[in-house]
Amino acid sequence: MNVFIRLGETTLAMLQKLGRSHLFLLHVLSGVPGILLRPRLLSAQVFSLGVLSILIIAVSGLFVGMVLGLQGFNVLSDFGAEESLGVMVAASLVRELGPVVTALLFAGRAGSALTAEIGLMKATEQLSGMEMMAVDPIKRIVTPRFLGGLIAMPLLAALFSMVGVMGGFFVGVGLLGVDDGAFWTAMHTHIDFWDDIINGVIKSLVFGVVVTWIAVFEGYDALPTSEGVGRATTRSVVFSAFAVLGCDFVLTALMFGDA
Amino acid sequence: MRQSKMIELWVGVFVALGLVALFFLSMQVSNLADYSADEGYVVKAYFDNVGSLKVRAPVTMSGVRVGRVSQITFDKQKFQALVELRIDPKFDNLPEDTSATILTAGLLGEQYISLSPGGSDLTLQQGSVIDLTQSAIVFEQMVSKFLYSKAEGEKKASSSSPVEKNGSNAVQAEPVAPAAP
Amino acid sequence: MVTASDNALFGAAQDIPAGASLAYNRVPSGWTAPNDSPAPGNSDEVLVAVRNLSFARGERHIFDGIDMDIRRGKITAIMGPSGTGKTTLLRLIGGQLRPTAGSVAVDGQVVHTLRLGELYELRKRMGMLFQSGALLTDIDVFENVAFPLREHTRLPESMIRTLVLMKLQAVGLRGASRLMPSELSGGMARRVALARAIALDPMMIMYDEPFTGQDPISMGVLVQLIRQLNDALGLTSIVVSHDVHETAAIADYIYLVSAGRVVGQGTPAELADSDSAWVRQFMQGLPDGPVAFHYPAADYAQDLLKAR
Repeated sequence: MNVFIRLGETTLAMLQKLGRSHLFLLHVLSGVPGILLRPRLLSAQVFSLGVLSILIIAVSGLFVGMVLGLQGFNVLSDFGAEESLGVMVAASLVRELGPVVTALLFAGRAGSALTAEIGLMKATEQLSGMEMMAVDPIKRIVTPRFLGGLIAMPLLAALFSMVGVMGGFFVGVGLLGVDDGAFWTAMHTHIDFWDDIINGVIKSLVFGVVVTWIAVFEGYDALPTSEGVGRATTRSVVFSAFAVLGCDFVLTALMFGDA
Repeated sequence: MRQSKMIELWVGVFVALGLVALFFLSMQVSNLADYSADEGYVVKAYFDNVGSLKVRAPVTMSGVRVGRVSQITFDKQKFQALVELRIDPKFDNLPEDTSATILTAGLLGEQYISLSPGGSDLTLQQGSVIDLTQSAIVFEQMVSKFLYSKAEGEKKASSSSPVEKNGSNAVQAEPVAPAAP
Repeated sequence: MVTASDNALFGAAQDIPAGASLAYNRVPSGWTAPNDSPAPGNSDEVLVAVRNLSFARGERHIFDGIDMDIRRGKITAIMGPSGTGKTTLLRLIGGQLRPTAGSVAVDGQVVHTLRLGELYELRKRMGMLFQSGALLTDIDVFENVAFPLREHTRLPESMIRTLVLMKLQAVGLRGASRLMPSELSGGMARRVALARAIALDPMMIMYDEPFTGQDPISMGVLVQLIRQLNDALGLTSIVVSHDVHETAAIADYIYLVSAGRVVGQGTPAELADSDSAWVRQFMQGLPDGPVAFHYPAADYAQDLLKAR
C-alpha cells in the first residue's frame, strides 16, 4: 500500500516538474528577442560556455579519433580493407561520436557550471534582487545562457569531429601506413553532406537545446541552499547524459533508420 | 571595456574555428565538393538488373569519375530499370554509341557505372538514351553459373554414376531460367 | 526618553493624523481583523497601505489579517522576533508573493492585481536592500550600481558614470568602485547594495535586516545612512529588523509583529513606555516574559524520570 502511495507521489512530482520545465522554457524563449538586441550579453555566455570548452573538446576529440584509427585499423586489416579506415573514422565521428561525446562533455564541463551558477545566484538572492529591480531574471540571466549553449554546441561538435578525423589520419596514415589518398578518397565518396554532416549538425543542435535546457532549469529550480545547489548540479549532469543518449537513439532511428 | 573586447575577440575566434571545422567536414570529409547541383546533362540507360546500385553512385570512364547516378526508377512498359546519369558538363563530347556497364568495386564493394566510348561522331545530349547496357552481375547468379559449368564438366568427364547425374540435372535446370528479381 | 500619556497604549501618538490608521490602534490581545477593508491608499500621506493581509505557506499561517500604514517621507520599522515572516512582508509589498487574503497597495495600486508590466513599472520606483546585499558576484561594484541604469535607461556612458559615482559617493564607497563583491566586507556590500537601490531614484526603499551581523562601526554607518538618505532624497523607508536599539534610534514609527499579527505600534518612545508585557519584553530584550524561555514541553521532572 505504502509503496503505491510513494510511487504515485513520485510520478506526480515528476509530471509537475516536467510541466514546470516546459513553462520555464517558454519563458526563456520569450526573452530571446530582447537578448538579440543586446549581443554583448550573448557573447559573454558564448565565451564562458564555448571558448572555455574548446580545450577539453579538442583534446578529447583528438584522442577519440586516434583510438578509432588504431582500433579500426586492427579490425579492417583482418579483412584487407584498410583503405576504408578513413570512412570508418569519419562516419563514426560525424554521425555519432562528435555530437554525442561533445554533448556529454559539454554537460559535464559547461552544463554543471551553468546549474551551479544559476543555483547559487538563486541561493544568494541575486535573482530575487534582480526581480525587485524590475529586471526579469529569466530573460536577463537564463536566456543568454540558453542561447549561448545553443550556439556553442554545434560548433564544438564540428570541432570535435574535425580534430578526431585528424587524429585518425595521424594514427592511420602517419603511424600505421594506410595510403594517404585512399584514406581521403574513400571518405570523400562515402560520407554524404546531407545524410551525414547536416544530420550530425542537427543532432548537436538538439543536444545543445536539451543539455542547456536541463542545466538552466535545474539551476533555477534548485533549492536555495548549498546542498540543494549541489544536488541540482548532479541531477543536471545525470539527466543531461540520459537525455542525450535517449535523444540520440530516437534521432538516429529517424535519420539513418531507413538506410 | 578592455576585458569585454577580449571576450569578443575570443568569441570571434571560437565561431571562426567552429565554422572552419564545419567547412572542413563538408568539403574534405563529405562529398559536398562533388555536388555540382543541377549542372551537367542527364542521359538515360535501361538495365535488366541494377543489382545494388544506389543513387549518387559514381559514373566513371576509364576509371575517372565523369558523373553520378541521379535517379533509379522502374519502367512499367519495358519492365526494365531506368537509370538516369548526370554527366558533368565538361564531358560534353561522349559518343552516342557509348555503352554502360554496372561494375562492382572490389569483390564485395559498392556498385558503380562504367562508360566505354563508341566511335560515333554524334554525341550524347540531354535526355539521350544509352542503348548498349550490361546489367549488374549478381553474386548468386555468378555462383550458380559456376556450379552449373562445373557440374557440366563433371558430366562430360564421367558418366559412371547416373543417380548423381540426375540429381545434378535437376539443380542445373534452375539457373537457365531468368534470374529471380 | 520622551514620556507619553498613560491612558492609551498606542492610540495617543501625536504625529499620527486622524484617519484610517487610528481604527487599528487596538490593544494587542483584543485585536481582531476588520472584515471590511477600507479602500487602500485613501490618504496621500500613506504610501503603502496594508489591509487585512493574510498569507500562508502550505498549512503554516504566516500573516493573519495585518493592517499597516507606511507614511510618505518617514522611516517605518517593522519589528518582531525571528521567524515571524518580516521578510515575507517585504516580498508581499514588492509583489514577489501573492497574499492569500487582503491586499497591499503601494501608491494607490493594489500590488497583487497588477499585470506583470505594471508591476515592473512599480518596482522601478521601489528599492530593496536584501540581507545579503544580493550583489551580482560576476561584475564589480561600479557595474553593480550601474546595472539598474543600464537595464532601464538608455543613458550615455558618461552620464551613467556620473550617476554611479554620485550614488557611490553618497554611501562613501566611491573609492571601491573597481572592487569585486567578493572583496567587500559585509557592511560594505550592504552599502553598495544601497547605492544600487537608490540608483533609479526610487520613492521608497525597503531594508531587510540591514543591521544583522554588523560590527558596531558599520552598524553605525548604516544607521546614519538610512536616516540621511531618507531625509536628503525624500524617500520613504521601511526597515525590517529585530535590532531594537538601532531601529528605535532612526524609526519614526514602529510596528511590532508577532505570530502573524500586529501586536503593537507607535513611536519608539511610546513603545518603550508601553504597559503591554509582550512589548516591554521585546523592546527591552528580557529573556523571560510572555514569550517563555522554554519551548512548550512536558513537565521537566517527569520528562527526566520517564522510562527509556
